[in-house]
Amino acid sequence: MMSSYFKNTWEGLYTVFVGMKITLKHLFTPSVTIQYPNVKVPLPERVRNRLYVNMDDCIGCDQCARACPVSCIEIETVKSLPTENLGTTSNGKKKALWVTKFDIDIAKCCYCQLCVFPCPTECIYMTDVYEFSEFRRSDLVYKFATLTEAEAEEKKLNFENLQKEKELQKAAQAAAQNNAQQPN
Amino acid sequence: MLELFTELTGNALLGMIINSLIPLVFVIPLALFFVWLERKVSAHMQDRLGPMITGSHGWLQTFADVLKLLQKEDIIPADADRKLFTIAPILVFAGSYAAFAAIPFSSAYIGSEIDMGIFYVVAVSGLVVAGILMAGWSSNNKYSLLGAMRSVAQIISYEIPTVLVILSIVVLAGTLNLLKISEMQTAYFWNWFIFGGPEPGLIKFLLIPFMFAGFLILYISSLAEVNRTPFDIPEAESELVAGYHTEYSGMKFAMFFLSEYANMFVVSAIVSAVFFGGYQSPFGYLGNSLGISWLVPIEQFFWFTAKGIFFVFVQMWLRWTLPRLRVDQLMAVCWKYLIPYSFVNLIIIAFLELYR
Amino acid sequence: MSIKTEHMVLNMGPQHPSTHGVLRLELELNGELIVNVKPHIGYLHRCFEKHAEAMTYPQIIPYTDRIDYLASISNNFGYAVTVEKLMGIQVPERVEYIRVIFGELQRIASHLVAIGTYGLDIGAFTPFLYCFRDREKILSLFEMTCGARLLYNYIWVGGLSHDIHPEFVRLTREFLNYFRPQVEEVNQLLSYNKIFIERTANIGILPAETAINFGMTGPNLRGSGVKFDLRRNDPYSIYDRFDFDIPVGDGRMGTVGDCWDRYFVRVLEIEQSIRIIEQALDQIPEGDVSSAIPKRIKPPVGSVYGRVENPRGELGYFLISDGGLNPFRLKVRGPSFVSLSVMGELCKGHLIADVIAILGSIDIVLGEVDR
Repeated sequence: MMSSYFKNTWEGLYTVFVGMKITLKHLFTPSVTIQYPNVKVPLPERVRNRLYVNMDDCIGCDQCARACPVSCIEIETVKSLPTENLGTTSNGKKKALWVTKFDIDIAKCCYCQLCVFPCPTECIYMTDVYEFSEFRRSDLVYKFATLTEAEAEEKKLNFENLQKEKELQKAAQAAAQNNAQQPN
Repeated sequence: MLELFTELTGNALLGMIINSLIPLVFVIPLALFFVWLERKVSAHMQDRLGPMITGSHGWLQTFADVLKLLQKEDIIPADADRKLFTIAPILVFAGSYAAFAAIPFSSAYIGSEIDMGIFYVVAVSGLVVAGILMAGWSSNNKYSLLGAMRSVAQIISYEIPTVLVILSIVVLAGTLNLLKISEMQTAYFWNWFIFGGPEPGLIKFLLIPFMFAGFLILYISSLAEVNRTPFDIPEAESELVAGYHTEYSGMKFAMFFLSEYANMFVVSAIVSAVFFGGYQSPFGYLGNSLGISWLVPIEQFFWFTAKGIFFVFVQMWLRWTLPRLRVDQLMAVCWKYLIPYSFVNLIIIAFLELYR
Repeated sequence: MSIKTEHMVLNMGPQHPSTHGVLRLELELNGELIVNVKPHIGYLHRCFEKHAEAMTYPQIIPYTDRIDYLASISNNFGYAVTVEKLMGIQVPERVEYIRVIFGELQRIASHLVAIGTYGLDIGAFTPFLYCFRDREKILSLFEMTCGARLLYNYIWVGGLSHDIHPEFVRLTREFLNYFRPQVEEVNQLLSYNKIFIERTANIGILPAETAINFGMTGPNLRGSGVKFDLRRNDPYSIYDRFDFDIPVGDGRMGTVGDCWDRYFVRVLEIEQSIRIIEQALDQIPEGDVSSAIPKRIKPPVGSVYGRVENPRGELGYFLISDGGLNPFRLKVRGPSFVSLSVMGELCKGHLIADVIAILGSIDIVLGEVDR
């Protein structure tokens, strides 16, 4: 009884001194933290931060939007006219669609990188930019489409006209066939 | 010093006011310095940097913080007891400030040289308890109330070992006057009470271990009196959010904060006055050897501050090392360990003094 | 004469520094003594299980990251194991080794948080930052491999999203060599500290029988002296190839199953995880990590229950597939949710400060309790 009393006292004091020794040692070790806005940690190459889309290579296949678990990518495309040449991507794929809308709501993005893997032309990827706060949430919707609104309208109109023309042609053809079948 | 001021101003009242304002000029920058020191000490102990932006190594940070707190809205909870809520922080600050009156800063300056000096300091620190209880009660918050009740129980209990250890020094010194106690331990550091006091002889060496024990007991209980870790259960942030000052904000909070640090310095000053020679230099004075008499009080003031800051640093060091006790264990430490030890210590010291 | 007294009801949380998230505890107090504790949960409910029904199988993985956000890799691991079980996929050797290494690194990282925050609950601030300092180093290893520090989406059905970085093996060995003494330092500073022992030993004693009856798993069960670990008792992946011990609580500082035992089992598990990682790093074969990933994940009709040893206990996924691209139902059995149910039992008759000690010792993650 008495011995445990003194043992408690001794342990209480001794373990305190052990702890104090450790913290004193750390008082003189250099710190591991850095002064963030002035000094920055070097990022590894695979780092996953803000998304970027290289529109030169985008073929508008919509695979990234379908892979996204939070639906933060919105893509709208219009078929090009047969006369138009959209060029090819850097890995040799022929582009056939006008991308009229390519919005990424980065506020919704969960940085899972699932959109990056299915891309056939590797045009969507994650960059090392991580400081992009905004005052308004709407400013976090990034519009990547290169066409201006007027141009997009024009492309849509072109395509609609083409459709109409085709329909007219079809109708004319059908009428011609009808006429051919009914010689009277 | 009071006479000097009275002569200078030609008015007793004005002299008194100036005399009593000197510690304030000393305490407020010191408390701000301690807040900064606490942050830096904690940061470096935890492998961090702490405040670095405001001023070199962030030395202006606490000034900026106080300025911010001054500008803040003074929020009083709707169901709080408004009068008590307002008085509480003032009372707490008054309690810790009043203690400075009897503490000798150097042989030239002491706020009031009363013969009951050390008794007065212990007694007036009790005012802090009333302030804390007021704060806890008037906040009308369960966490605050629990914190305040813990605090009162704690401070009242820990006054007993404190007083018992101080009593053993009083037995040796034969006076309660802090200035006289400090004056006794003059010349070299082996005259300090921690090394058995100024009187040479065999008894002096026999006293040394008991003096060390007494010092440990006094230091531990003084930690409890100022609510520092491991005895910071009144404001235990992991249990009671912030204890008795949960509801306080702005300048009222700053007053609690500053008085906490002022209190830390008071108890450190007491510890250094009774065991470590107070304002006395450990190895003579430069002023004496050069024959510049006015240098001596300045040197004494330097030693007083340095010792105070050192013991405050140890308090911080402990805080960033140790976990916190539980409320019943806190009482057990006091009543089952510190009080019996300090009683035995007192009796042995008294016997040794008797047979000197 | 009897005086009529009332019990005080104290709401601890959802905004409270040490409820480890948004948990609300309704404490019925007699002075500072606990009469009753009622946990109120659901403040962090995110409908994971319902969400999963609308997602394709790969899309669910980022959501599993967020179940227990301190052990994302383990969650990915459990999900991948479950779906693979249903589809009958044989995963390449290299993938298995990398999964084990990552799972154990994640266990260390998660236990470091548990140990650090437990110290914080008891009032010691410094060990917390030492633990987080070392956890950051583990997270950097993860970041180097898959690019994320917290929510990895790394372990996929049939494989991994990336192969490990060429430098990974060397850096991990370096880290382990650095890390071993740090555990001992935290032990000296916290585990063997008299005040810490006084606060945690003989507090919140959970007898083995009660622990089993409440369905506790993981370190909480082992703290009560029951030697049960899924890595041993129901080996998944390649855990049967490694040599490691299962630490159990032995009542060294008080009674078997007290807070100190539950805490210290975690410290000992860190050491065992280091052993597993070292063995795995020595044996890791060369190979391709994505060869077994199916192009389209469309499991056959059926149901399966897969379970893994999460840092907090048994993490189980019950999956019903109707043969489509989305699961018909995905139920998660989370260890924290089960552990939390024992709070009321443990707290009775203790003080307020002990509630914090007990809550910290069962180490819950609210993200997983509420899901």
